Amino acid sequence: MNKKTSWMISVSVLALCGLLLTAACTKKEEQPASPAAETAMAPAATPIDPATVATVNGTVKFDGMAPKEAKIDMSQDPACKGMNEAENVVVANGDLANVFVYVKDGLGSRTFDVPKDAVVLDQSGCKYHPHVLGVMTGQTVEIKNDDQTTHNIHPTPKDNREWNESQPPSSAPLEKNFAREEIMLPVKCNQHPWMKMYINVVKSPFYAVTDKNGKYEIKGLPPGDYTIAFVQEKLGEQDQKVTVGPKDTKTVDQSFKAAAE
Amino acid sequence: MGERRGSLALVHQRGNALKTTPSTYNSAHHTFAVFVACATLIVITAGALVTSNDAGLSVPDWPTSFGYLVKVPNFVGGVRYEWSHRMVAGTLVSLTLAIAIWTLLVEKRRWMRWLAVGAFCTVIAQATLGGLTVLFFQPPWVSTAHATVAQTFFCIAVAIALFTGRNWVEDQPKEDQPGVEFDSRRPSLFTLTLLSIFVLYVQLILGGMFRHHGMSWWPHVLNAGVVSFVLAWTAIRAISVYSNIDAVRRPAIVMLSLLITQLCLGFAAFLTRIAWGQGAAQPELPMVAATVAHVAVGALLLATTVVLAIQVWRNVPVAVAERTPQAQRHVSVA
Repeated sequence: MNKKTSWMISVSVLALCGLLLTAACTKKEEQPASPAAETAMAPAATPIDPATVATVNGTVKFDGMAPKEAKIDMSQDPACKGMNEAENVVVANGDLANVFVYVKDGLGSRTFDVPKDAVVLDQSGCKYHPHVLGVMTGQTVEIKNDDQTTHNIHPTPKDNREWNESQPPSSAPLEKNFAREEIMLPVKCNQHPWMKMYINVVKSPFYAVTDKNGKYEIKGLPPGDYTIAFVQEKLGEQDQKVTVGPKDTKTVDQSFKAAAE
Repeated sequence: MGERRGSLALVHQRGNALKTTPSTYNSAHHTFAVFVACATLIVITAGALVTSNDAGLSVPDWPTSFGYLVKVPNFVGGVRYEWSHRMVAGTLVSLTLAIAIWTLLVEKRRWMRWLAVGAFCTVIAQATLGGLTVLFFQPPWVSTAHATVAQTFFCIAVAIALFTGRNWVEDQPKEDQPGVEFDSRRPSLFTLTLLSIFVLYVQLILGGMFRHHGMSWWPHVLNAGVVSFVLAWTAIRAISVYSNIDAVRRPAIVMLSLLITQLCLGFAAFLTRIAWGQGAAQPELPMVAATVAHVAVGALLLATTVVLAIQVWRNVPVAVAERTPQAQRHVSVA
């Protein structure tokens, strides 16, 4: 072997060492601040007189012919049993489910305590339950896997930290929280590409998700002028202004039209 | 027209620089190089399956897979595609190391030894980009770079197979071939092949950015028109003017055939992914089949164009006067 050949082999070996070094330097996950620490740092909640609080409720409708829900083929994983259909626009008798309704404007500089109870996101039948979730900033989301297969949970946020973790069957729930407000934050499972859901992170407790009858209710709202936002993953956002007085119960209905294709 | 002109002293085959050191044909070495090139196409196809099935992050860690280097995980869903891609890609790294060492040991041509080292460095860069795309959650530019370097590596592997082949090693291009015109047209055929490679790279980047959600589909579709024009021009020039040079005619015909196939597959991919598949609840088989075939044929098209460029460089004669600076030409004439 001549000198040049030896030198070239040395270069190749060095390149291999470079690969191993790169492989060893995997990205360190940022450790989010614990909820307890965040609570300690958060400013004290603005007091609200419980004797004057109001309620806003209503029904969200879908105008026009409801789209047919696409059937999902789950045969690529034998552990995914049962029927499954896409949930991007869920309409029953004209009532629209899975619309996130929240107070978008009008709360001013009020601050609110972060609930100590965790919000549960369950994976069962290779489907997320619920499909649309509301949570306050800093509040714990407990993610469970009730399937006999591994899922990975992968939120793809715009304003929060992205992460991607796998969760084997029968493993302990994952506990996560989101630091910043973000509406319709997509979450997916890359192992089962049909599994999609949305988390809505807000700073106030005044939010709700419409049920299968299109109904929602937001309680405990202090009297005032508010903008209520209705957000649907495919149909977008619609806003309404509402004024509530002390102990009022106001009905605010909303309807969405089919999105232009 | 590129009529034959000038004396033999003015005739020049540009490929002479690549054959100054004689080499001997090594059948086993060449067969292994062809095997590495084929393995590369398999890895590219496996990678396309990962992207089309939206399975890129189904294994969240790297370089390990669910904490292990080679342990087979529960082989379901997106894991099947991502884990298989990792395993065949890992095998390709080993194969590339083997061909690089083998080349260093048996090759007398210095540039071939450098090409082998370059191939190994490229495959390492490619593996690193694959890791980065997992660790940083598929940023479009990183994922597109991963796709682009993959096809660059494929071209290098095909070039090594070409340079180690019997035809390349034993059949030296003839300096005076009866019936072969000098390439005096503008742009020259060699320039056209380089332009073809360039527009194909642009197309590869635009396609990669679209597949990885970094860009809309229309720049890729628009550039498909440019690619078709340039490649058709190149292939027709090569076939019509140099049909009596086998080494040029064959890749030109293959390139034209692949271009037509690729346009059909691109149309199928557009229909299944954009026109009919927009908002689909999950990746559907027609879309997966069309897009994966589009990526694989795209890789073959790029590699064929590179082969054509190399063969044109080697076999198509040009007059020395056309490539010699004016000042040197005066000295030479004097």
